[in-house]
Amino acid sequence: MPVFIINRLFQAFGVILVMSVLVFVGLYLIGDPTSMLVSPEATEIERQALRKALGLDQSIWVQYLTFLGNAAQGDFGRSFLTGQPALQLIIERMPATVELVIVAMTFSVLVGVPLGILAGLRPKAPSSKAIMTGSILGFSLPNFWIGLMLIMLFAVYLGVLPASARGETVSVGPVALSILTIDGWQHLALPALTLGLAKAALMIRVTRAATREVLPMDYIKFARAKGLRPSRILNVHLLKNILIPIITVAGLEFGQAIAFAVVTESVFSWPGMGKLLIDSIITLDRPVVVAYLIMMVFFLVILNLVVDILYMAIDPSAREKVRD
Amino acid sequence: MSTPTTVSPTTTVEETPFRRFVVQFTENRLAMAGLILMILLAIPAFGAPWIAPQNPYDIGALDILDSQMPPGSVAEVSGITHWLGTDSQARDVLSAVLYGMRTSLLVAFLSVTVSLLIGTTVGLCAAYFGGWLDALLMRIVDIQLSFPAILVALVMLSVLGQGLDKVIIALIIVQWAYFARTVRGTALVERNREYILAARCLSLGWRRIIARHLLPNCLPPLIVIATIDLANAIALEATLSFLGVGVPVTQPSLGMLIANGFEFMLSGQYWISFFPGIALALAIVGINLVGDHLRDILNPRNAL
Repeated sequence: MPVFIINRLFQAFGVILVMSVLVFVGLYLIGDPTSMLVSPEATEIERQALRKALGLDQSIWVQYLTFLGNAAQGDFGRSFLTGQPALQLIIERMPATVELVIVAMTFSVLVGVPLGILAGLRPKAPSSKAIMTGSILGFSLPNFWIGLMLIMLFAVYLGVLPASARGETVSVGPVALSILTIDGWQHLALPALTLGLAKAALMIRVTRAATREVLPMDYIKFARAKGLRPSRILNVHLLKNILIPIITVAGLEFGQAIAFAVVTESVFSWPGMGKLLIDSIITLDRPVVVAYLIMMVFFLVILNLVVDILYMAIDPSAREKVRD
Repeated sequence: MSTPTTVSPTTTVEETPFRRFVVQFTENRLAMAGLILMILLAIPAFGAPWIAPQNPYDIGALDILDSQMPPGSVAEVSGITHWLGTDSQARDVLSAVLYGMRTSLLVAFLSVTVSLLIGTTVGLCAAYFGGWLDALLMRIVDIQLSFPAILVALVMLSVLGQGLDKVIIALIIVQWAYFARTVRGTALVERNREYILAARCLSLGWRRIIARHLLPNCLPPLIVIATIDLANAIALEATLSFLGVGVPVTQPSLGMLIANGFEFMLSGQYWISFFPGIALALAIVGINLVGDHLRDILNPRNAL
């Protein structure tokens, strides 16, 4: 187990390093940002001065090594647009994204797991077929499309929920939260539903597959033969055993949801870091894009590692496999 | 698994795997509905220049007086009936949807075809040769698949810039890894079968073994993945264009049409983004219905 963790840590470090090179070299090829920052009438000397100030006059390798050294200290440079440190911009926006994703993931588990068990217990019932068809729609239709339809229904047609922005927030220490006010919840409802529906569709499919796998097992048959109440079989014997794939998938999907929040945040003008990324890509604000990507790579690699370790911790048979 | 040809007096039609597949496919009404939907969307989309009531990108034909007309209204200037209304630049929404669908389908089809070719080649080579080549290729695939598709596509587009060709390249880079992994999985099983062994004993060249013996037997799961991936490609392209980093303004796809109408939706002019949205959803659902049923038929575990 410790060997496994150390091994995976080295791999994770390697992936982060490779990705930092790819991200940096790739984004270095974007057009010259000075052309956007100075007025068209600026002289060549002014442009040169700006290039020098931004460090763009040095060779790409010097720029990369400087970048890597600074990145290790949490310094990703300053935004070309606002002049604020890129990392600070992202961290300011992070609570909004994390809040949205946590609410969406909670929704998806609370809705997806029960429906998935239902569909797994009675695979031939019309209700199960309806659940499964609905889940195909849920994860094949693009996220922004679902958001658009929800806006059309709830914000335009019924006029009961707001379609954009974050609403009233309450500061808890340095972090502003929407979930503590009614207005905040109203603003959170549609984006969280948009993000949550797609993830719920996936949870339904995972839970159903796991349920179908566990049901024919001897321990379920034995529990039935023992005359246990069906509710006990469901809550103890079944739920415990389908938990492994559910936790694994929910963990990995958390990372996916943070990435897909890019789309949801853009639809609902939710002031999270995903919206910041899109705005920065469009305005060629390179330091912010690079900082976001490196942060995401770091986060996803760590998340994968944690999920792998958790998986080892809760599934004894997986531990056996590693030892072999 | 092919049935030997037997001519019996009762059956006049010989049963081939393909014919059995066709019969199985047509038995499912939902899948047939999906297929018909796909055809009904694809024909007018590719025939858009000939059947659309208006060329929505011919600026000369547009008159600003006809802008933002609700569905079913008749234009004052040209006399055309706009069945789905007009947008803020007086473009006929129906025509724009037909042209947009054409762009969406073209991008999806091209990107899936190329990534299928790349992914299949990589997967087959990895499985057949094994060793360090397999380890290297699959490590690249693993790393790429651990990052969300939307992020990979966004990074690619922010590096490459805007344009139809750039979107296609970004989609290829996102998708090839799925094909590579699927093909490798199937090919690993097939490569230890007797017929590959027999082909090796005949000392056939590796190119011939891979292309003529290994590839045909890896096709069923590939067909399923390619179908469903077509829907994913349409959805991803629409998302990128909606975010404003996809196709250029001169060749709007469905995603961009939806984005254009988005600001008008809140003021009640729903039709500008609603109809492109419906067209997009129908295309994705149609392909998924077909793909889902293909998976049921072509999965060897379900075969008799």
